[in-house]
Amino acid sequence: MSHFLDRLTFFKRTVDTFSDGHGIVTSEDRRWEDGYRKRWQHDKIVRSTHGANCTGSCSWKIYVKGGIVTWETQQTDYPRTRPDLPNHEPRGCSRGASYSWYLYSGNRVKYPLVRSRLMKLWREARAIRTPVAAWASIVEDPNKRDAYTKKRGCGGFVRATWDEVTEIIAAANAYTTKTYGPDRVIGFSPIPAMSMVSYAAGARYLSLLGGVCMSFYDWYCDLPPSSPQTWGEQTDVPESADWYNSGFLILWGSNVPQTRTPDAHFYTEARYRGAKSVVICPDYSEASKFADLWISVKQGTDAALAMAMGHVILREFHIDRQATYFADYVRQYTDMPMLVRLVKGANGKLVPDRLVRACDFTGQLGESNNAEWKTVAYDERSDAVVAPNGSAGFRWGEKGKWNLEEKESSGRETRLRLTLADVEDEMADVGFPYFGNIEHDHFTGTDHQSVLVRKVPAKKVKLADGEALVATVYDLFVANYGLDRGFGGDNVAKSYDQDEPYTPAWAEKITGVPRDQIITVAREFALNAEKTNGRSMVIIGAAMNHWFHCDMNYRGVINMLVMCGCVGQSGGGWSHYVGQEKLRPQSGWTPLAFGLDWNRPPRQQNSTSFFYAHTDQWRYETLDIKEILSPTAPVGPWDGAIIDYNVRAERMGWLPSAPQLETNPLTIAAKAAAKGQEPKDYVVASLKSGNMKLSCDDPDKPVNWPRNMFVWRSNLLGSSGKGHEYFLKHLLGTSHGVLGKDLGEDGRQKPLEVAWHDEAPEGKLDLLVTLDFRMSTTCVYSDIVLPTATWYEKNDLNTSDMHPFIHPLTAAVDPLWESRSDWEIYKAIAKKFSEIAPEVLGVEKDVVLTPIMHDTAGEIAQALDVKDWKKGEVEAIPGKTMPQVTVVERDYPNLYKRFTSLGPLMQKLGNGGKGMSWNTEHEVEFLKHLNGVVTEDGPTKGLARIDTDIDATEVILSLAPETNGEVAVKAWQSLGGFTGREHAHLAVPKEDEKIRFRDVVAQPRKIISSPIWSGLESDKVCYNASYTNVHELIPWRTLTGRQQLYQDHLWMRAFGEALCVYRPPIDTKAVKPVIDRKPNGNKTVVLNFITPHQKWGIHSTYTDNLLMLTLSRGGPIVWISEVDARKGGIVDNDWIEAFNSNGALVARAVVSQRVKEGMCMMYHAQEKIVNVPGSEQTGQRGGIHNSVTRAVLKPTHMIGGYVQQAYGFNYYGTIGTNRDEFVAIRKMANVDWLDRPISDQPAQTKPSMEAAE
Amino acid sequence: MRDVINYILFGWYPYVCLIVFLGGSLVRFDREQYTWRSGSSQLLRRRQLMWGSNLFHVGILVIFLGHFGGLLTPIWVFDLLGVPHGAKQVIAIVAGGIAGIACFIGLSLLVHRRLFDERIRTTSSFGDIAILLMLYAQLILGLATIPVSMGHLDGHEMVKFMTWAQGILTLNPGAAAQVADVNIIFKLHLMLGMTIFLVFPFTRLVHVWSAPVWYLGRQGYQVVRSRRTNRATSARPSAVPAE
Repeated sequence: MSHFLDRLTFFKRTVDTFSDGHGIVTSEDRRWEDGYRKRWQHDKIVRSTHGANCTGSCSWKIYVKGGIVTWETQQTDYPRTRPDLPNHEPRGCSRGASYSWYLYSGNRVKYPLVRSRLMKLWREARAIRTPVAAWASIVEDPNKRDAYTKKRGCGGFVRATWDEVTEIIAAANAYTTKTYGPDRVIGFSPIPAMSMVSYAAGARYLSLLGGVCMSFYDWYCDLPPSSPQTWGEQTDVPESADWYNSGFLILWGSNVPQTRTPDAHFYTEARYRGAKSVVICPDYSEASKFADLWISVKQGTDAALAMAMGHVILREFHIDRQATYFADYVRQYTDMPMLVRLVKGANGKLVPDRLVRACDFTGQLGESNNAEWKTVAYDERSDAVVAPNGSAGFRWGEKGKWNLEEKESSGRETRLRLTLADVEDEMADVGFPYFGNIEHDHFTGTDHQSVLVRKVPAKKVKLADGEALVATVYDLFVANYGLDRGFGGDNVAKSYDQDEPYTPAWAEKITGVPRDQIITVAREFALNAEKTNGRSMVIIGAAMNHWFHCDMNYRGVINMLVMCGCVGQSGGGWSHYVGQEKLRPQSGWTPLAFGLDWNRPPRQQNSTSFFYAHTDQWRYETLDIKEILSPTAPVGPWDGAIIDYNVRAERMGWLPSAPQLETNPLTIAAKAAAKGQEPKDYVVASLKSGNMKLSCDDPDKPVNWPRNMFVWRSNLLGSSGKGHEYFLKHLLGTSHGVLGKDLGEDGRQKPLEVAWHDEAPEGKLDLLVTLDFRMSTTCVYSDIVLPTATWYEKNDLNTSDMHPFIHPLTAAVDPLWESRSDWEIYKAIAKKFSEIAPEVLGVEKDVVLTPIMHDTAGEIAQALDVKDWKKGEVEAIPGKTMPQVTVVERDYPNLYKRFTSLGPLMQKLGNGGKGMSWNTEHEVEFLKHLNGVVTEDGPTKGLARIDTDIDATEVILSLAPETNGEVAVKAWQSLGGFTGREHAHLAVPKEDEKIRFRDVVAQPRKIISSPIWSGLESDKVCYNASYTNVHELIPWRTLTGRQQLYQDHLWMRAFGEALCVYRPPIDTKAVKPVIDRKPNGNKTVVLNFITPHQKWGIHSTYTDNLLMLTLSRGGPIVWISEVDARKGGIVDNDWIEAFNSNGALVARAVVSQRVKEGMCMMYHAQEKIVNVPGSEQTGQRGGIHNSVTRAVLKPTHMIGGYVQQAYGFNYYGTIGTNRDEFVAIRKMANVDWLDRPISDQPAQTKPSMEAAE
Repeated sequence: MRDVINYILFGWYPYVCLIVFLGGSLVRFDREQYTWRSGSSQLLRRRQLMWGSNLFHVGILVIFLGHFGGLLTPIWVFDLLGVPHGAKQVIAIVAGGIAGIACFIGLSLLVHRRLFDERIRTTSSFGDIAILLMLYAQLILGLATIPVSMGHLDGHEMVKFMTWAQGILTLNPGAAAQVADVNIIFKLHLMLGMTIFLVFPFTRLVHVWSAPVWYLGRQGYQVVRSRRTNRATSARPSAVPAE
């Protein structure tokens, strides 16, 4: 009754004694213990996970108590692995364990929010106008438009109802579609694997509308273009469990314990098992302490290190002694035996040209189909040149010979020559480009010549156009490494101590790594691979991929792996873990996400090129093409600016465009009909005549602006937006911190292909809508913020490349406050759109332009040369020399009905992926029974429903081979048609297995092996990339069908990357123009700006979590070395500013021995919403890590229509590199928190800043 | 008028303070079990605590017991024991003075630590700082009475306080008049002392009630708490096997 009264029991407190009175039994009140007991009591546990793109994909228990999510712990019920292999669990890290904080935090977005100025304008307009007319009246009046767009980021949100806010969005979308075209409605959302249905919700809405879905993997710079170049595969990697099978692990720029925490135990366990481990990274990272040897390489010079290791491996395992396993591997699985033509280059020296094709020979070597796409090699048995099976030419237009059997197409067995050294006709002097002599203020170079001439054994062959000199890739490859094979000549080394490019001694100068370490690591790496048939592995991270010349870093490593036969072998290979790109049930998800059940093709755009153009970063470009052009480049104009190359690529159908045409694509079909032409012919004719223009020719012209933009599941402006300040200035049109001058102000050379406007546009977007559960930087800059469900409030699916399981997000509690799941939000927008669209839109014909796509028959477009239709070099043929043109019917009034049902094309056209296709009628019928059919009258009556998020998951799971064994069998059979081999045995035992949503809620499920991926899920092996290529003889999806180490496309040769070379980081010239700007009396140091992933934030996006902030320093930090700190007069915890032409950021200094001199590290995605004062340079609040970066594109990433170098969404394309950037760092003299009304701030920016209300 | 004020302050106010002190403590103990604690900050910082806390606690305990015994022991007990009033006064001054100085040193350290150690200051509530400063003021006032007391070593003033205190406890309405003419410094000391009783239940001082004095007379080294008596009200099985 009362704690006090109950304790008044002085006489009967002790009720017993024991142990001779040493112990007593009392009857004291024990209710106080209930407090502790209740602390861990809960009502239920729900399975969910975190959609964070961290690759963890860990299943978690979410505890709910009294309707409140209280905490989370790791799930420990993953299916077991097998004897001898550790299990996967526990998976999860401290970041995940802190997530439940967000649900009830002050930073939660609880209601739909609208910028108040926009809201006032809308309500005024809407009172007397219909929705679309109301929106038109706002955005067509420059004063009204400026009233809210110029105040973006200045606060001033008010609550709105769902009804009102969806009406504004729908009206804006309808107006934009009608006025400019649906391709001006843009959507950015990354990494579907984090939460597939949430991604699909927005993508489905946009795709049904005709809007544009933006890529992310390339923009994030997680995409290593070297992977598509080498393997024709976006990225495929071993699961982390396969580390355990490895005997030698190199961690190269990957910080496993910090950024792959749930997988790190396999690393530890591999070491217990006896694996040796070498960690290569400039800083003393958390991974370094796991290492047997830590190699502290100079940042950005990894390619030099890899080349030197390759030099050692070639010398000891291929030249001085040929390891049999290695020789057999490279003969069968790489392009090394293929023949390359040697031609006289611009300076009269022989240079390697393109790969020889069957079509070069009289009689085409008997190949009638695609002879231009069949590469050739020298067969030892027949002593003749043959076209071996497996090249791209065999994949399309014929059946049964696209495989890696050691045969030529007649079926005769072959043994291909790797080297022509014993049968050569002459030792040719071949020139190889050398870039290590480029001067750079911060990187050591050598003074070797720009063209290194070396002896290569060559043979004369008779071709249709006369006699030609050819060499094998192998001989060129070895010569490129500067190895002396006894052929004489210069620029080759016999000893490791010679200073010739690519010897260990040479690399020591460039990388700072002692030559002994290089030799030892290379030798042991290869020796282990030789003894274990390829169980040497390189775990590689973003650190390597974020450099402009990342391809070289990566290809250097890939070469090491390939020459040791590690790729495709258990415990070996290339483990690139950057981003949760593996959407395992991809081919089941694609139709749902991109509305392929209703319309094909969808509009997809590569984000890097889009943002480069539309945030006008190209206007500030400092990199001249001549700085990156090869000294051995074939004759050509090679003129223009970087954006010109992108425009050429778009025009030739290599890269996608968005917006696509200056003309509204909804109006084209009618115009064509008026002229009595097919739309396709009309577009071709109009483009050629100049009556119709591509939008990319003039991205600053108002009709070409992107107008509406959705951002969901992403923090575009606070995290991934390279060139943050340019986003603010040009795309959003608000206050910004750009410090540099554009090409016009500087009087520099302007682009050739792109129209220049002296006055750059500011504020291209009419409307920016962000869906988020927390008030991120992106939300702060948006016009409308929609409250979305957190990861504990919705149903969805999640997969990763780090483990083979599929598991769900499920709703532990209903969405809090007025939030809704992404699926429900887009459904509501779709519904509202269908209601108001008839005001201006009906059933419309939309002309869609698509680039030449990888894994389609069109990928073999221009075989031998690059011809531009605009220059009259070739006829404009859609899908071959220019983008494909398709007419798609959009039914706008029925968009909602289409959104919520599975459309008829799945039955009509079937489904597929990566070039395969299969019938899907059975699955569609199954879904009709499972989800029910639409019973309401209308165009969708009788189709399977997709009403709820769970319905949507069932669509994915039923259609995907990875989760439906029946489909897997069909998919393998489809592949068998191409290869002429039987593969279905890989899935037949699982034919009856069908994974459904409730199954994965009960327990994570291992996926079923499918030909969409190159690894197997079986009882015998861990998932390992390229495993089926090696063991099932399925070709890689490249030109040669093999691992392609020689990149023979004209642009690859022009930019010097036919073979891997060392290229120093580019000079962005961003520091010098501003270093003396606004001195504050403190010293300045210039440092390389590195942005790794952090320890105290949830992967790449969330740094505002109070628990994590408490564990770190509670605000933005930049790590610098003790030496640099001393030079700058900086002590630990000082406020410092980092700035260059791109902008400025402020942070506290962390002065640490961990950091290498000459570089600084700012953890990725530290936003300006927590504890960030104003910048002395810009007068604006802080800045984020991307305030000092700017995207610089690389022309070789724009190549298209060339088998592996053909466009695919997130597969190939320009990438947002940023690590070549340097910043000036200076201690701040005055820390200004800007905590006063905006009008009182020092007048920094042009527009007078009144309060944003 | 002076009499009225004196009567209110030393006749009524003591009862207000005592009622709040006892009633408040009871309510807090019953209603707010989780707040019943000393609020130690030793985990945050040990510095200054070893000397500060120990000197303070030893000093204050001696002073408290001195006051308790000195004020509430009926005067006839001393007379019976043959302790002259003057001697008692001298003992009180000497013992109280020594304990007071120890307590002063300790409390000074604690006040300094609480106010100027950033970490401790940040984690302190208003009540934590207020009660510490009140105790500090009370201690200084107490020490300040020593010179005054030196002026009347015969102990007659001291007897007044004893009579007053015992009068309050025995509900004697005339108690207040006993202290009407004492030095202002004593009055302030009494006032603040009563106020400390008043705020006692609202501060960390409640831990005084739970001082583990029973530990000194404990039986047995291992204590097993039985559920037996709760069985009627609780359906949960007992942790200790039933006999």
